[in-house]
Order: sequence, then structure tokens, then C-alpha cells
Amino acid sequence: MRATLRGRVHKYGKNIDTDVIIPGKYCNIIDPAELGKHAMEGLDPEYTSKMKAGDVIVAETNFGCGSSREVAPLAIRASGTSAVIAKSFARIFYRNALNIGLPIFESAEAVDAVESGDELEIEPAGGVIRNLTKNQTYTAAAFPPFMQALIDAGGLQSYVEKRLAERV
Amino acid sequence: MAMTLTEKILARHAALDAVEPGQIINAKVDLVLANELSAAVAIGVMRQMKGADRVFDADRIALVEDHFVPARDAQSAKIAKIMKDFAVEQKIKHFFDVGRGGIEHVVLPEEGLIAPGELIVGGDSHTCTYGAFGAFATGMGSTDIAAAFVLGEVWLKVPATIKLIYSGKPGEMVFAKDIMLKTVGTLGIDGATYRAIEYHGSTVDELSITGRITMANMAIEAGAKNGIFHADAKTIAYVTERTDRDFVVEKADPDARYEQVIEIDIGSLEPQVACPHTPDNVHPISEVTRDEILLDQVFIGSCTNGYIEDLRVVAKIFDGKKIDPRLRVIVNPGSQKVWMQAAEEGILKTLAAAGCAVNTPGCGACFGGHMGTLGDGERCLSTTNRNYVGRMGSPKAEVYLASPATCAVSALTGRITDPRVAVPVGV
Repeated sequence: MRATLRGRVHKYGKNIDTDVIIPGKYCNIIDPAELGKHAMEGLDPEYTSKMKAGDVIVAETNFGCGSSREVAPLAIRASGTSAVIAKSFARIFYRNALNIGLPIFESAEAVDAVESGDELEIEPAGGVIRNLTKNQTYTAAAFPPFMQALIDAGGLQSYVEKRLAERV
Repeated sequence: MAMTLTEKILARHAALDAVEPGQIINAKVDLVLANELSAAVAIGVMRQMKGADRVFDADRIALVEDHFVPARDAQSAKIAKIMKDFAVEQKIKHFFDVGRGGIEHVVLPEEGLIAPGELIVGGDSHTCTYGAFGAFATGMGSTDIAAAFVLGEVWLKVPATIKLIYSGKPGEMVFAKDIMLKTVGTLGIDGATYRAIEYHGSTVDELSITGRITMANMAIEAGAKNGIFHADAKTIAYVTERTDRDFVVEKADPDARYEQVIEIDIGSLEPQVACPHTPDNVHPISEVTRDEILLDQVFIGSCTNGYIEDLRVVAKIFDGKKIDPRLRVIVNPGSQKVWMQAAEEGILKTLAAAGCAVNTPGCGACFGGHMGTLGDGERCLSTTNRNYVGRMGSPKAEVYLASPATCAVSALTGRITDPRVAVPVGV
């Protein structure tokens, strides 16, 4: 989560649940590319046809509530979406997104200010979100220190590998 | 330091004297659960982890095929096979194929795999169900489950606890489902996010184990990390009938710190209905029935209400009657054992004679996957736990949630109906 992200905003409401992010009928798919074709289908069937690689999903509170399906953040990432910005995330989705490397940012300030179609540039390291259309800058909440350390260490997979190596 | 029930279980599993909300801990797990959807992804992740050839303990992993069963299509069969091959390779004892298990959260307690004081993580959001037994149980995604498969540990942020105190005796045709719908409506869909829910009070002390399961199951519908009851004589009797392993019955300290304490009076509670399209859009039945809400489907089953106690209520209402010709009723007994018990008691025959389709135990209809999917413009009243847009199929369908009794009575009339008005006495 280091490179600058850039794309247009697709703005949605609150409580965007995993059933609309990737409907249940697709949950037997494990190929990310195939999942990506159905990202957000339950809410906005046009999403994957109107979005371009790098675009950003912006939503209100409790993004990703509901099921624990990891295919939800996988589908968003595989669609080419570069990040999700929300006022808050549901607990399981938050862990899943970080575990699979989908950049997520909590920023009420950004959510309130941006509109669909705005061009954003995000510096993941500092949580800086620049709105190029409106010429504004917002700040995302920093990750808790433990989460940041996990991210910096290369994610959960690297953490597990390290723990296993220590046991030998 | 005084601790809540959740804090006590977490502290012991992290080998700490005490923990407090917000603390990050590394906790040992007693059981790791996955179904064919979460397992297929988790196994893929595990294969990519260097040095992760074996699971930490083959007897502390449960794999249950339940989401697209019997396999809906070749892709569903493929992921089921990934899980089955893994179970064989890793010598996992608690593997439940179609016909030998059922819905994971119904199966695990039945098989004695859940006991008070234990810590369970599962690749399914309704893993919180096991809080009914005084265990800490929470749902996670597949990468976290893969980590738990190999390490036998998980990192957790200790949640602050919300204490819910229920008082009053439930009225006629008011069940645990109504109490929990009311609770979700009160807390809101994200009212307990990152929190533990601890259930207290005379009302829940009187509930059966099945009633507590229904309530713990839907803790996630308020966003909670877990929902937990204190184990009592009923819990211990249930568990010791099914396992002889040792377990620790924990108890919250009297001076434990709760972030919030909410008192809920059940004495005057009516049957409740969650209207489309969120589980916290909850209204009393008298309000909902002011409009005539005609139904295309009634669904009875799921990890919330697919238990023998639920089927008995439904069969009593259906006994000798026919469901309304305008709708269909689909029933999924929660597990193979529930199915067999229902057969033995003549319940399956009663249901079939009333016009119900009785399916293989599984999760399919609840999440719009298989065996009871809704079409455009259809409306369903369901005993399940979620009613998001598209949850049971078409995004143009509507799902209402209610108790098995409200669902059964409504199936006879063809529209959402107050079970207190239109029912035979004595159910």
C-alpha cells in the first residue's frame, strides 16, 4: 500500500453489505478475475462497465457489513478498483480487506466532500486524499499501530510464515 | 481486574491474567471451522504460505459442506472437492460431507464440538452462534482462517462489551427470534460493531438452548464480534451429553466494566418482523399487518431457526392444514440429525402433507445460492437472519424476517399474519 492511487469516485450510501458487493450466487467462484466481473453487482449492475482501473469506491458508514466472505474485497480489488474510502467499515470486511491487500481508508471528511466523478489521488502511506476536481485535501485515519505493523511486515501471510519459521 | 465474560475467555486463551478493551492479543483457538466456500479460499491461501504444510491440530478443525448442497453445479462440486481432498490429506476427523452433517452451526454443537469457555473461530459470519454455550466465537475471512489452520492462534482486539438485560415473560407466540429481532432493531445494524454482546436477565435464563442459539446467531446482525450467554445447568447438560472433554465455565465478574447496559422489557413485546432491506428495520407485527403483504415464498430453516424445536412449532401450526395456494413453502431442517428427528416425530410428513417442499439440510436458500432462490418482484417471509437487497436471490425481491410461528401462520393465510390472531391455541 505504498504507490499513489488515482481514479474517479463512485459514491454509494451506508451499510453497503457483502451480499450486494458480491451476491451469494457467485460465492462458489475462487478465480479473482471472474469475481471481479461481478463486483458491486447487487447494488449497481453497471459498476464494472462504467468504472475504469484505479477508480475509487466511496461510501458512508459500515461498509462491508454482513457475511465474512473474503470474495467481497477480492471482487472489488479484481475489478480494478484501487481503494475504498468510507466513514467506517464492518469488522470482518476490515480485516479481510487488509489481509488480501485492498487499500481501505476511513475518512468522514473525504466522504462528506466528494461526489461521484471527482478525480482523487491517494497517498496510502500518509493517508492523504487529494481531490483534484475540487482542489481539496483530506486525511484518512491512521491505522492502529498493530495493523500498521502487520501491513508493513507484508501482511498476515508473511506474519504466519515468520511465526512458523520461529517454531522450527 | 474485573472482567466481562468475553474478557475472561480471551485472557485465558492468551495466557494473560487480565485483558482490557482495545488490547491486541494473540489467542489460542480450540476449534477452527470452515465451510466449502471459506475453506476453498483458505486452503488456497495456506498453500501459498511457506512452511505451512500441516494444520496445527487435525482434530481441532471442522469442515462442513453446507452452502451449495447437494452441489448446485460443477463449480460448486469443484470447491467441495477442494475441501474434501484437504480433509483427507490433513486427516481431519471432523469433516461433514452432504448427508452426514448439515448447516455448520447446527452440526457443531450437536456433535459436541462446542463447550463453555472455549474459543472458536470460523470462516462464516454466523460463527457467533456458539456464544449460546458460553464460548467466545467469531467469524473471520479465509486468510485469517488459513492463519488459524496453521498456527492454532489468532490475533484479536479485545472488544468492549455491551450488556443486555432482558426481563419479563414472553407473551403468546413470542419467541427467541422476536426477542432478537427487537434487539437488532434497538441496537441498529452497526450498533455493536467491534463489540461483544453479553446476554443477561430472567427472560434469557428461561430460554431453551435453541432459543439462545437463535439469539447468539444474530449478534452479527448488529455488527457484533460475538454474542455470549453464561453457561448454566441447561448448557452443561446439553454439552456433557455430547462430549466428555473437560471445559471451563467462566463467569463475568460482578464489577466487570460494560461500555453500555441496555434493559429490554419483553413482557409487552409483540411478535416482530424485520422489513426489507436491513435486519434492523424491525417493526411489531400489528404495525406490519396494517397493510396486506402478500407472499410468494415462506422459508423455514437456517442456522437461526432450523432446529427441531422450530420445526415442532411449525408442524403444530400446519397439522392437518394446507398452505395458501398462492405461495410455496420451503423447509430446510438444519442438519441430518434434525431431519431424522423430524422424520421420527412425523413432522416431515405433516409438512409435506401441508404442501411444503422439504429440502436437504443446507444454507442455500438463505443466501440466494441454491434451493429456493427468489425471482424479480417476489416477496418472501423467512426465518433466516438477513434481508439485504438480493440476499435470497433477485435484487428486485423482498425479504421479511420473522419467527417460525409467524412464518407458518402466514403460510396458511398467504400474507404476513399476526400469529396471535390466526392460530390454533396451544402452540
